[in-house]
Amino acid sequence: MAEQQPPARAGRGQPLAVTIRLPAERKRTVPEEVTSERERALAPRAPAAPQRRSLRSLAGPGGAWGDRTFRWLVTGMAVALLGLVAVLFYELSANARPLIARDGLSFVWRNVWDVPRDIFGARALLVGTLVSSLIAVVLAVPVALGISLFLTEVAPRWLRQPISSLVELLAAVPSVAFGFWGLLVLVPIMARTVNPFLIKVLGWTGLFEAPQFGVSLVTAGVVLAVMILPIVAAISREVFTVVPSDQREAAFALGATKWESIRMAVLPYSRAGIVGAVVLGLGRAMGETMAVVFVIGNSPQITSNLLAPGASITAQIANTFAEVSTTGHQLNALLYLALLLFFVTLVVNVAARLLVWRTSAVAGGVR
Amino acid sequence: MAAATAGARPRFQPKRRLGRRKATNAVAIGLMGLCVLLALLPLVSLLAYVIERGARALSLTALVHAPAPSVDGGGGFGQAIVGSVILLAIAALVGIPWGVLTAVYLSEYARGRLGRVVRFFSDVLTGIPTLVTGLVVYGLLVVALGSFSALAGGVALGLIMLPIVARGSEEMLNLVPDSLREAGLALGMPKWKVTLRIVVPTAAKGIVTANLLAIARASGETAPLIVTVLGSNFFTTKLLGTPIAALPLYIFQNATQPDPVKIRLAWAATLVLISFVLVLSLLARLIGRGSRVTE
Repeated sequence: MAEQQPPARAGRGQPLAVTIRLPAERKRTVPEEVTSERERALAPRAPAAPQRRSLRSLAGPGGAWGDRTFRWLVTGMAVALLGLVAVLFYELSANARPLIARDGLSFVWRNVWDVPRDIFGARALLVGTLVSSLIAVVLAVPVALGISLFLTEVAPRWLRQPISSLVELLAAVPSVAFGFWGLLVLVPIMARTVNPFLIKVLGWTGLFEAPQFGVSLVTAGVVLAVMILPIVAAISREVFTVVPSDQREAAFALGATKWESIRMAVLPYSRAGIVGAVVLGLGRAMGETMAVVFVIGNSPQITSNLLAPGASITAQIANTFAEVSTTGHQLNALLYLALLLFFVTLVVNVAARLLVWRTSAVAGGVR
Repeated sequence: MAAATAGARPRFQPKRRLGRRKATNAVAIGLMGLCVLLALLPLVSLLAYVIERGARALSLTALVHAPAPSVDGGGGFGQAIVGSVILLAIAALVGIPWGVLTAVYLSEYARGRLGRVVRFFSDVLTGIPTLVTGLVVYGLLVVALGSFSALAGGVALGLIMLPIVARGSEEMLNLVPDSLREAGLALGMPKWKVTLRIVVPTAAKGIVTANLLAIARASGETAPLIVTVLGSNFFTTKLLGTPIAALPLYIFQNATQPDPVKIRLAWAATLVLISFVLVLSLLARLIGRGSRVTE
């Protein structure tokens, strides 16, 4: 501990020699000095800077040069990561440009996909993406919140690790496996059991009608729900963990039950973070490809029947890319779709991250 | 709030109310437990199917041979395994150095706005659809170089790994106690040397964990490969100028065909892929656990 003293002192502008010459007199003040020094070094990084600069003279030849090179290298890498975002945007718009020049924004809302006549529009695909993702969010969010509340608030300590490992396992399964499983296991179940039930019970809404074949927006929504469940659970769990425990204890002190403490303290405190987790899940669902392409039916149409085959932006690209026509604008249309998807997911992710960050920042301040 | 206001109300009947509140509590907790079971249902079903179907179809032929016509038994997916290994190697070469150096910047040098912006956008990048990343690489490398290639696919996977590696490694570097940095600086080491000789080695196990998880994630990616490597039925180790096979792509292309032989082989390939991903994740966890003990 005491060894830290000289350089730290020197950092505040005093000559190094003085501090070293007077160790005996300093000794008395060392304990509290050290703690305050350590706190300063640990909390904000900024004050540490002058201290390091003064040490550079001790580094011998090459130290300053090496430092400058290394700093440029790592900063360059970090800036390149920002550049990547710009490149993504530029490259997609450059490749979609012929169609953007021809159709402009009318592409977004036109309801047609006709390769021979070279007319394209994204409406049915956009609607398919939104509807299947919303179904996924509606199905996944309550379950994910239940899991993360169970893990943070209810489960005994020994049970937490195994359950969270299993949920992480769900996240590790490749999406192509989910798609394959969805096609060969889930689709028959939907066609035989779930869909007839939905038609019987909810048919009056007009959203669930026969004929159905198992492949549909609903089936895609179910597979997507399974896929986004781990991320929504993980983020909301993070959000619940930063709820200060005095909030819970205050509720218990008022005589609240476990559930009441969750409702009174945990949920209100983490509202923004939960919304962030949900939006993040929505973004994931919209960008997911393989889980959807197997089970959505791949027929670009807009109907009010959720049990009819549909299509999504990602599924359309994945399905038609291999045999894209070399003449006409089909490839441009697919890249225009990707640009739309990029834009939507970018906005959704920025919004979600801001919400999640705000929660943890607030929590960090309180702690 | 419920408890507080209930207590203040005059017609408060403690016994009945308490019973009801306890019942609500029990129901809520029961529902939470049900959520856990509900989430495990698809996991168990999927793993059971993959293991059962996959194990029946898996054979040495399937692992080492290239695809053959279905009348001859369908061959195997050896070329796809080789392709996946090549793709992941390129991805690691692109994603790991870039990601780790970005992490070093974020944890050792970043102050103020630039650090926050980089951190934010690398979080945002993890949410960008991988298909979109693939299409960008298609424009950059496939169109520009004139053909689908292993290089294009590897770069696409590397870019997908990048934010995962960066944020994961940064978290690990942040765990290194400042006293170690200060000790190094106090000995007169220049900061770059402190970073490379003290900080990074201390966090090495954690960084390896983050990288393995990123590779596991990249190895299951299919969508970006559809638009960058296309898939192939032949063994090849060429990095440029020719399409190459990949395991997830093989699964996708076989699973969607109405041919029982191909579907059987697709199950086998899925079993191989999932085992690879899970073993890698498990390995990452084990290494990560080791690092926590030493701290």
